[in-house]
Amino acid sequence: MNAPTPPATPNDFAAYPDAQGRFGQFGGRYVAETLMPLVLDLEAAYLATREDAAFQAELSGLLTHYVGRPSPLYFAERLTEHFGGAKIYFKREDLNHTGAHKINNCIGQILLARKMGKTRIIAETGAGQHGVATATVCARFGLPCVVYMGAVDVERQKPNVFRMNLLGAEVTPVTSGASTLKDAMNEALRDWVTNVEDTYYLIGSAAGPHPYPMMVRDFQAIMGREIRDQILEAEGRLPDAVVACVGGGSNAIGTFHPFLNDESVRIIGVEAAGDGMGTDRHAAAINGGRPGVLHGNKTYLLQDAEGQITEAHSISAGLDYPGIGPEHSWLHDVGRAQYLTATDIEALDAFKLCAELEGIIPALESSHAIARLPDIAREVGKGGVVVMNLSGRGDKDVATVADHLGRTI
Amino acid sequence: MTKSRIEARFAALKAQDRAAFVAYVMAGDPDRATSLEILKGLPAAGADLIELGFPFSDPMAEGPPIQKAAQRALKDGMTLKGVLDLAAEFRQGDDATPLIMMGYLNPLVTWGFEAFAQAAAQAGIDGLIIVDCPPEEADPLADALDAADISLIRLATPTTDDKRLPVVLRRTSGFVYYVSVTGVTGAKEADAEAVRPAVARIRAASGLPVAVGFGIRTPERAGAIAQVADAAVVGSALVDEVAEALAMNEDVTGRVLSKVRALAEAVRRARTSLPA
Repeated sequence: MNAPTPPATPNDFAAYPDAQGRFGQFGGRYVAETLMPLVLDLEAAYLATREDAAFQAELSGLLTHYVGRPSPLYFAERLTEHFGGAKIYFKREDLNHTGAHKINNCIGQILLARKMGKTRIIAETGAGQHGVATATVCARFGLPCVVYMGAVDVERQKPNVFRMNLLGAEVTPVTSGASTLKDAMNEALRDWVTNVEDTYYLIGSAAGPHPYPMMVRDFQAIMGREIRDQILEAEGRLPDAVVACVGGGSNAIGTFHPFLNDESVRIIGVEAAGDGMGTDRHAAAINGGRPGVLHGNKTYLLQDAEGQITEAHSISAGLDYPGIGPEHSWLHDVGRAQYLTATDIEALDAFKLCAELEGIIPALESSHAIARLPDIAREVGKGGVVVMNLSGRGDKDVATVADHLGRTI
Repeated sequence: MTKSRIEARFAALKAQDRAAFVAYVMAGDPDRATSLEILKGLPAAGADLIELGFPFSDPMAEGPPIQKAAQRALKDGMTLKGVLDLAAEFRQGDDATPLIMMGYLNPLVTWGFEAFAQAAAQAGIDGLIIVDCPPEEADPLADALDAADISLIRLATPTTDDKRLPVVLRRTSGFVYYVSVTGVTGAKEADAEAVRPAVARIRAASGLPVAVGFGIRTPERAGAIAQVADAAVVGSALVDEVAEALAMNEDVTGRVLSKVRALAEAVRRARTSLPA
């Protein structure tokens, strides 16, 4: 029941990026020359899949039978009552295979990698969710997989490292820089520039050089399209607001994109404020950074006065990245989307509240979005409808949360 | 007319029928004073051109040696302005050796392209190599550099096929930098016989000298490359000397310049040892 594609007018927010991979001033292809022919090939191969009925049929079949789509749209009745404002719905991406939205994109890209004849897959991961999703699809299709992960993250996310190993992936700890996600991404790019013939780089965020921000968004936009159909069925109308947490921003852009041209729908992203926006320990690229160039794209970045990239800090490893997908930077600048923040403590409180009232343990990433729901529900008001993307489940976070609550498990 | 330093140097070397030796050093590595001392000593040690790296926190095309050099320089407080100050001090004693800055785009975005280009020209910079700025993204920077008479040196690589070569060479000047291996700096070894046809192809298409880098660590390799290219670039092997000297508590400048002498000597000998 998808609406027909709206015509491309200057006011068509959904018509970006342009041919150069730009969303306004953001995006682009800032990669080493060695990689330019590869990203151009990738773009051509990806665009061809859009018209490829067999590819789309295979993708759709896997999303249904392997991932478990469509994910439910769930009315969070007790949280709605607790907040006392608009009706709150959760898009239940936590119920997907591997426990988060990351798998949607991995399925799409692994099919593309196979179509391109690539025989080796590399990926970067922070918390390990994208690494696990990548290792999963590599196991499913019998392709060798190397996951780059900061040595610090390897240490604090041991269960996910073991999951990746069980799935047959090799996890390479990265000790350069600060040994976290941005360094893992640097190392994955170094691998790609070295192994140009056989290797496919499976990026997990709607970030990096064009066509990744567009392609990852498109593979994730199935969430927003399902939300549209499901909320029309449940409420007979579009939501007043859609809400998602934002690190690199793949769950958010996949949720937002099908609503960009619906003027009545407010679009709200929530960045990680870490210890607080008054400190330098946060991960809010839009609220606390400025435009610059890193990892193949121009976008908002955390950086010092000299343009050196600074470390992000968040309790949620999945939001612990100093940049953000370029489409978010643009949606912020043109005023189509609003980017709020939530601190570590607010996210922890939201995590507990959701577990206690709804019987759902949300990922710490998604808990940042939950943390802003009371304000949003109040602003939208009774009679209104808000949909939030519950992008992942929180089982992976219980050790972190226990630690912060001073409990041993 | 800063561009003319590059042209003049390559013209003079052509007259001597020899390739250039290009030394890459990281500005501010391991500290400002030592870095300036190394810089000032490079021409006498045999560097025909100098690539002056400017540090970036996330150098995605560098192998561990240059990554670590950048971290040492940043830790010591080196800034983009500081790099230009080093260049200007070098220029007081040497008005002939071309100085090419090499690094990543974000520090330049932060400064602003026009203002940076003017300041770089003032400091005596002749060219710029920006690793993460392919031709598709280069026009704003190229405009600013043109106005300041600074060359934007382009990179060609083993993945640059005939279709892409004209795109890479558009608006290039000074010389073309051929990245001889797929990979990061200092990791793989360049094979002179594999490099030869690529250099010939790029030279024919551009009409410019072709420098080869990314896979040269030893005098032997530098000599072999000097037989087929217009310049041989060594970087990782030189910054490794800094790291080793620091680890052994030895004279950093002495070790780096001694390595430069050995490499430059091999490059100078390369052509004359060839049968005509």
